Amino acid sequence: MSNTAIVYREVGEGRGFYLLLVLFGAVVAMGALAFFHLEHEGHHVTGMNNQIVWGLPHVFAIFLIVAASGALNVGSIGTVFRKPLYQPMGRLSALVAMALLLGWLVVLVLDLGHPDRLIVAMTHYNFKSIFAWNIILYNGFLALAGFYLWTMMDRQLKALYPYAGFAAFSWRLILTMGTGSIFGFLVVRQFYDSAIMAPLFIAMSFSFGLAVFILVLYAGFAWTRRPLGDVVLNRLRYLLAVFIGAALFLELMRHLANLYVTRRHGVEQFILSDGGIYTQLFWVGQVFLGALVPLSLIFCRRLVGNRLSLLVACVLVILGGFAQLYVILIGGQAYPLELFPGATVESTFFDGQISRYAPTVWEWMLGLGGVGISLLLVTVGVRVLRFLPVSLADEVLDSDDS
Amino acid sequence: MSDGLQQVPQRNQVDAYRRHFMAAVTGAATLATLAPGVILREASAATRPDVTARPPEQPATSVVRWGMLIDTARLGDGGAAMVAACRREHGWGHDPRASPEQQPQWVRTVRVTDKLTQHSFTLPVMCQHCEHPPCVDVCPTGASMKRADGIVQVNKHICIGCRYCMMACPYKARSFVHEPLTDQRPHSPRGMGTVESCNLCVHRIDTGRIPACAEAAPQAVIFGDLNDPDSRISQAVQALGGTQIRADLDLNTGVRYLNI
Repeated sequence: MSNTAIVYREVGEGRGFYLLLVLFGAVVAMGALAFFHLEHEGHHVTGMNNQIVWGLPHVFAIFLIVAASGALNVGSIGTVFRKPLYQPMGRLSALVAMALLLGWLVVLVLDLGHPDRLIVAMTHYNFKSIFAWNIILYNGFLALAGFYLWTMMDRQLKALYPYAGFAAFSWRLILTMGTGSIFGFLVVRQFYDSAIMAPLFIAMSFSFGLAVFILVLYAGFAWTRRPLGDVVLNRLRYLLAVFIGAALFLELMRHLANLYVTRRHGVEQFILSDGGIYTQLFWVGQVFLGALVPLSLIFCRRLVGNRLSLLVACVLVILGGFAQLYVILIGGQAYPLELFPGATVESTFFDGQISRYAPTVWEWMLGLGGVGISLLLVTVGVRVLRFLPVSLADEVLDSDDS
Repeated sequence: MSDGLQQVPQRNQVDAYRRHFMAAVTGAATLATLAPGVILREASAATRPDVTARPPEQPATSVVRWGMLIDTARLGDGGAAMVAACRREHGWGHDPRASPEQQPQWVRTVRVTDKLTQHSFTLPVMCQHCEHPPCVDVCPTGASMKRADGIVQVNKHICIGCRYCMMACPYKARSFVHEPLTDQRPHSPRGMGTVESCNLCVHRIDTGRIPACAEAAPQAVIFGDLNDPDSRISQAVQALGGTQIRADLDLNTGVRYLNI
C-alpha cells in the first residue's frame, strides 16, 4: 500500500474558507427561494409545461447524479483495481460523490409537484418502475459510499475496505444503468427508447464525474497551498481523455443506430440538423466544446503538463455534459410524439408540433442551488474531516503501478 | 371506367359497415337490414342499460372491463362536443395563470392527415385506458393505477408530481396542474402539483351513468362492458372491429375507434 505514508489533514480556517461558505451559501439560498416560490405558486412560473414536462432542473439533477457516480470512480480505481496512485484520493472521491448525490436529491425532490410527499416516495414502491428502483439505488449509493468512506478513515475497519470499495463500485455501475434506463425504458419516445442509454450514461458518468473531481482536487490543493504533482494530474488527464472518448463513441453509436431505423429519421434530423438550439448545443456544445476541444487540450504535445489546459478541458467537459443532457432531455421531448405513424397531426394540445421551452430564472436558481449544496458540502467536509492529503507531490506517490 | 367499377363495391361495403354499427348501437344485430331511422327509434327503447350502479361497499371487479367505441364518421364535429362535455364535467381548461402549453387537456380533438394520400379525419383523443398502461408501469409510487374494471387513473393522494407517467404515455393523455385551483367540482377534485387525465368519469360509472363525453355524442359513441359478450359495445366491436391508436405498442386499449 502506497498510502500508508500519506497524511491527511483538515483545511484550515482561512478567509478563503469563509468566503466560499458565503458564496455557496448564497447560491443555496437562491435555490431555496426558488423552491419556496414554486411551492407557493405552482409550476406555472417555470418554462415547463404539459409538452416539455421535465426541464432545466432535471438537467441539473441528472448531471449531478451522473457526476456523483463518476466521481466515486477515482476511489474505485484505487480499491477495486488496486492502483496505489489513486488510493490517496479515495476519501475525497467518496466525499465529492456523496455531495453531488445530495445536490441531485435536493433539486429533484424540490422540483416535484409535491415535495411534501417525499415520505410517500420512500414508503410506496411500484417495483416495475425504474424510477422506484432508482430511489432505492440512490439511497443505497449514499449509504455504501458513506460506509466505504468509513472504512478508509477508520483503521479498525481497514479489513472491510476492499469489500466496501467493491460493493460501492458495483452499486454505482448499477445506479448509472438505472439512471440511463429512466430514458431507455421510455418505449414511445423515439429519442430515448434504447438499451444503449444505460452504457452511455455510465460513460458519461465516468467523464463528468472525473472532470468535477479534478477541478475539486486542484482547487482544494491550490487554495490550501498543498503540493500536487504532475504524476497524479497527468494520470487523471489521460484517464479523462479515455472517458471522453468512450462517451463520444457510445453517443455516435446511438445516433448511427437511430439513423438506420427509418421511423427515427425524423427525430435524428431534428436533433442533428433542424433543431435550432438543440442542434447547436449538440454540435457546438456537446461534440466540439465538450469533447473535441478537451481531447485536443489533453493530447496537444505542447500542452503536456500544462495545468491550465487540463482545468479548461475539465470545465469544457462539464459544460459539454450539460449541453448533452439538455439535448437528450429537452430536445427529446421537444420532438412530437408519433400518434399516427405516416400521418401529420394537429390539435389544440400542440400535437405534431415541435414544443417550445424557455427555462425561467426560477429554474436556473433551483438547479444552481443543487450545485451550491454539493460545493458547500465539499467545502465543509474538507474543513471538518481529514479528506485531503497533505501532499500529492510526485515523490510522495507510488506510481509504479502503471 | 375500371376505377368507378372498383369503387362501387367499396361504397356498398362502407354502407354495410354503417348499418352494422347502427344495429350494434341498438343492441339488435338482426335489425341491420332495417332503415337507420327505425333503428334509432329502437335504440331509445333499449331495455338493457350500458352501466349499472355498483354498491359502494362492493369493490370494482375485473369481471367488468369498461370501454368505449367511437365512430369518427358519425361525430360530425370531430368530437368537439365530447371535449366540451368533459370540460364542463371536470372543470379543466381555464386555469387562470397557466400558459396555453401549461393548460391541462383531458381530451382534445386531433386532425389526422395521411402524408401520402392526404386522407383526413378528426377524432377525440383521451386516455385510452390500456390493459397494459405504460403510465402505471413507470409510476414510482403506484399513484398511476389501473382499477380492476380497467379504468386507468391517478390516485392523487400519493401522486408526488414527478411527471414520469407523462413522459411514458404514448397518447399525451396526461396533464400536470401548474397552479393552485379553486372552485373545483366536488366529484372531480383537481390538485396543484399532481397529474390528471380522463378517468372515464369514474364517479358517473359507479353510480350507473355513462361518461359525460359518451352522453354528449350518443350517435357516435357506445360505452359499456367489453367483457360482457351481450353488451352493445361487445356486439359492436365484434361486428365492426375497433381500431386502436398505436396498436403496434400492443397495449390493448379500452378506447376503440371506427373509421380512422
